[in-house]
Amino acid sequence: MLRLDTVGQHYGDHQVLHDITLTVPGGQLLCVVGPSGCGKSTLLRTVAGLLPAYDGTITLDGAPVRGVPDNLAVVFQDYARSLYPWLTVRENVALPLRRRGLPRAERRAEADRILAQVGLTDTARRHPWQLSGGMQQRVAIARALVCRPSLLLMDEPFGSLDAQTREDLEDLLLEVHRTDGVTIVFVTHDIDESVYLGDRVVVLSQGPGAKVVLDLPVELPGSRDQITTRGLAEFVALRSEVGRAVRKR
Amino acid sequence: MKQPGGGASRSTRSARSAGSASVPRRPRAPAVVRHALLRWIVLALAVAVWQLVARAHGSVYFPPPAEIARHAHALWFSGPARHVFLTDAAVADILPSLGRMTAGFALAAVVGIALGVAVGRSRRAYALCNPVLQFARAVPPPALVPVFVVIFDFGTPMQIASIVFSAVWPVLINTAEGARDTDPLRLEVAAVLRLTPAERLGFLVLPSALPRIFAGLRLSLSLSLILMVFSELLPGTANGIGFTLTDAQSRSDLLTVWAALVLLGALGYLLNTGLLAVEKRLVGRGRTPTV
Ligand SMILES: Nc1ncnc2c1ncn2[C@@H]1O[C@H](COP(=O)(O)OP(=O)(O)OP(=O)(O)O)[C@@H](O)[C@H]1O
Ligand SMILES: [Mg+2]
Repeated sequence: MLRLDTVGQHYGDHQVLHDITLTVPGGQLLCVVGPSGCGKSTLLRTVAGLLPAYDGTITLDGAPVRGVPDNLAVVFQDYARSLYPWLTVRENVALPLRRRGLPRAERRAEADRILAQVGLTDTARRHPWQLSGGMQQRVAIARALVCRPSLLLMDEPFGSLDAQTREDLEDLLLEVHRTDGVTIVFVTHDIDESVYLGDRVVVLSQGPGAKVVLDLPVELPGSRDQITTRGLAEFVALRSEVGRAVRKR
Repeated sequence: MKQPGGGASRSTRSARSAGSASVPRRPRAPAVVRHALLRWIVLALAVAVWQLVARAHGSVYFPPPAEIARHAHALWFSGPARHVFLTDAAVADILPSLGRMTAGFALAAVVGIALGVAVGRSRRAYALCNPVLQFARAVPPPALVPVFVVIFDFGTPMQIASIVFSAVWPVLINTAEGARDTDPLRLEVAAVLRLTPAERLGFLVLPSALPRIFAGLRLSLSLSLILMVFSELLPGTANGIGFTLTDAQSRSDLLTVWAALVLLGALGYLLNTGLLAVEKRLVGRGRTPTV
């Protein structure tokens, strides 16, 4: 369980987040939506312990967040740059396993298993820059999933992909979430995507001093499907509600 | 950086133009051969002109290249096969020079990279050391040699120290710059992956600084060669290519002087080519043109 209590964050004099209070139960997929520049990436970096300090308290499974927590994985907004170009795809994906002290052969096997899961079996020996954008994004996701994190932070991971790849990756994420039961905080600026993916959608206001302006549970019937789910009346109603909250200043 | 794809596209283009029936032409030399020809033709022409002019004038100061080559061969490369054709003179002069240069360059590289990473990874160390480094770099390296002569007296330690203290700055400064420019996002990735400091160095900082490190190494290599010769020119040296130069000059043996100069040029070219090959293997792998 991730708990934020009156969390604030600033860069120098520039107050980015103000008074954010949120509780994310274990296994929830929380989508965070908000206008560009409101502080979504800043929120994730604060939770990840990547910024030197913050106001308020953040606890992960009861322990206060000071520095990067264990069992955390992040998919960064600039995913192509976040991969190490001098390593092969397999080496990139196996890198997080070093902290678990696995022998080399097991790290390889584990990396190959997760690459197969994201449909990249044939690219293990290539370098990230030899892959298309969507494939690079899947490598970044594989690298995040490989050490079975208990908390996964994703920053607009599908933002620059074509519609088809995007839908495939959305469904891949839903499947991973269903099978692994990992807690996910998923930042997006796409309102449709937030409602389609999320168990719950949180809307941040325009900064500076962004706050939570809407906290909406998403209750959609049955397992989700790109065509039917997006056509449901409930889906359309939720989407309008989130859309209104984003536009309201 | 040249990509292997460049050669391939060139050869397909020439294959296509050769295949077009409208323009009949005689079969062309393969691309590789044409490339090599282009690269060497200017040098070959220069040598040919030199040969013709020198022969026509018959000056003792400017012997023709063929004669220099014959002399160099007799002097250094006509030894027995079990000595890889090196003569005793070559063993006595070229090998000590190369040994000192290699030792000095290797030491400078190791020290320069180690200190460079340390300085580049710490903002405070960088701010503190940068003025000193810029100052040290600005001192013309041969001017330091007298200092080492006083400290070590003449001989190999003085020569190696001169090489190290001249060649270390370019590697150090370039490594520091490269390490400092490590992508902050990739550093955040390293933090999230909880890499140890050693892993962060091996998987992130050194690979991303590698192009800068090699730029420094190339400068250091040519400085090493310069300092190798310079430190051997001083009175009190007993062997080395530089010693051969001064010795031949004192005997007015201009043919040997020229042979030594050509040898130095060839050595510099070979060493640089070797370093470029290493760089291409290490840096060429896994880098996009844009990163
Ligand atoms: N390193 C930084 N130093 C100073 N200000 C920053 C820094 N990073 C972000 N900011 C500022 O903080 C605010 C929030 O930035 P952030 O990147 O969190 O926005 P975002 O919601 O992720 O935007 P986007 O949707 O465009 O990714 C912006 O006004 C930005 O200018
Ligand atoms: Mg962002």
